[in-house]
Amino acid sequence: MAEHAEKQIDTKTLWGGKISPFSTSYGKLMMWFFLVSDALTFGGLLIAYGFTRFNAQAAWPIGEETFNSLPFLGHGYPLIYVALMTFILIVSSVTMVLAVEAGHRMDRKGVTKWMIATIIGGFFFVGSQAWEWSHFIHGSEFGKVELSDGSQAIVKGHFGELQNFTVVEAGKHHKKGAVIKDEFEGDLMHQFQHAVEKGHIENGIIKLHDGSLAKVNKAADHDMVLVIKEDGKYRQTGQKITGAEASKLYYESINSGKPHKVIYGANLKQNEYGPQQYGQFFFFITGFHGFHVFSGVCFNIIILLGVLKGTYHKRGHYEMVEKTGLYWHFVDLVWVFVFTFFYLV
Amino acid sequence: MERDDIIEYSLDAHHSEAEGVSLRKKIWQVTALLTVITTVEVVLGSLIKQSSPSWPIVKILFILLTLVKAGYIVLSFMHLGHERKSLKYVILIPYIIFILYLIFICLTESIAVGAAWEKYGA
Repeated sequence: MAEHAEKQIDTKTLWGGKISPFSTSYGKLMMWFFLVSDALTFGGLLIAYGFTRFNAQAAWPIGEETFNSLPFLGHGYPLIYVALMTFILIVSSVTMVLAVEAGHRMDRKGVTKWMIATIIGGFFFVGSQAWEWSHFIHGSEFGKVELSDGSQAIVKGHFGELQNFTVVEAGKHHKKGAVIKDEFEGDLMHQFQHAVEKGHIENGIIKLHDGSLAKVNKAADHDMVLVIKEDGKYRQTGQKITGAEASKLYYESINSGKPHKVIYGANLKQNEYGPQQYGQFFFFITGFHGFHVFSGVCFNIIILLGVLKGTYHKRGHYEMVEKTGLYWHFVDLVWVFVFTFFYLV
Repeated sequence: MERDDIIEYSLDAHHSEAEGVSLRKKIWQVTALLTVITTVEVVLGSLIKQSSPSWPIVKILFILLTLVKAGYIVLSFMHLGHERKSLKYVILIPYIIFILYLIFICLTESIAVGAAWEKYGA
């Protein structure tokens, strides 16, 4: 009689919280609940993005136009870089599943191997995002330009190389007739863009830091296209201007001698791609996701140390690997949605 | 203190070497599928411009493909498809209902706000 009673679950045990109606451990269940709450946060962010975008309509930047660069190769590769990032994250998700699978077979070597692969994948992703951010912040060579009628346009095409500045009026450092060349990579470009933002260029003459005036010698631009993103007096959003007309309008603004006619790159206040909120959403959503990836890498490293120490092997199961695995897959899942709504549509 | 009255669910998750082989095959199949979907998305994205007339269809296709990808990640990689039905639905149903509602209400409101700005100025 006593033995029989032991096998049956009595009311005390049943109501004592010792059995999970989900047939899963406490830790895993709590991880799922946390992931649901985190998914609500990301859902809220992406829907807020959608809300703002629906308002802005044509002024909103197009993903394939904004993100079309590759490291070392330059422009003209729409979406390839983010697709690569997506692929890296999917692969690192796969190695994580393989680590969990090895854990279910109590294969400690297998878990170690796949965990290391996952961590490397995570670092690659975080690194890619750093490049992406840097590229987004520095922006293009043309920038976004305010035309004479007050309309705003983004500029496509190949920027002609800056060759040198020839000093026409001496300042503190430079003598008249001196030729200023690119001392280190991008130095001239930096001075040029700075002067444009400050309104220090007039009729092809640039005012340098030391007060000297110099003539800008620059190769011709190619295939320039202006795409109007904000209405002006004469030009409407969506209108495209090409050829000599585009060049004329662009340099009219550059040579106006007035500040804030051109915006290069992005910060939280303004960006060259579209409305102010676009940059803010970019930084917040991809930044929040990147922070999740970074935390995920940290968790994975901690768990890997546990695996190496043999903590989970002694415990008889690798559920900790499974739990961080859930988090890691979630990070991948969020990126799938960020990829679609931020870059594709 | 050792407790023998708690059920160790995690020990039930163990599987044999032979089962592992078929499981890994499944994992690689899902990987291939996710890669193919991402490639299709990128190719479509760079071929069809947002100004083209077929864009609305492509847009819906993108969202559907994303949902397929998400489904495979949640049900296969995160193993939710193999958990108890009660767990699966407790996780998925409330979330989906709430998010669908939020999408509906926010986008509707956004259009209304946009119309008001157009009429009365920002």
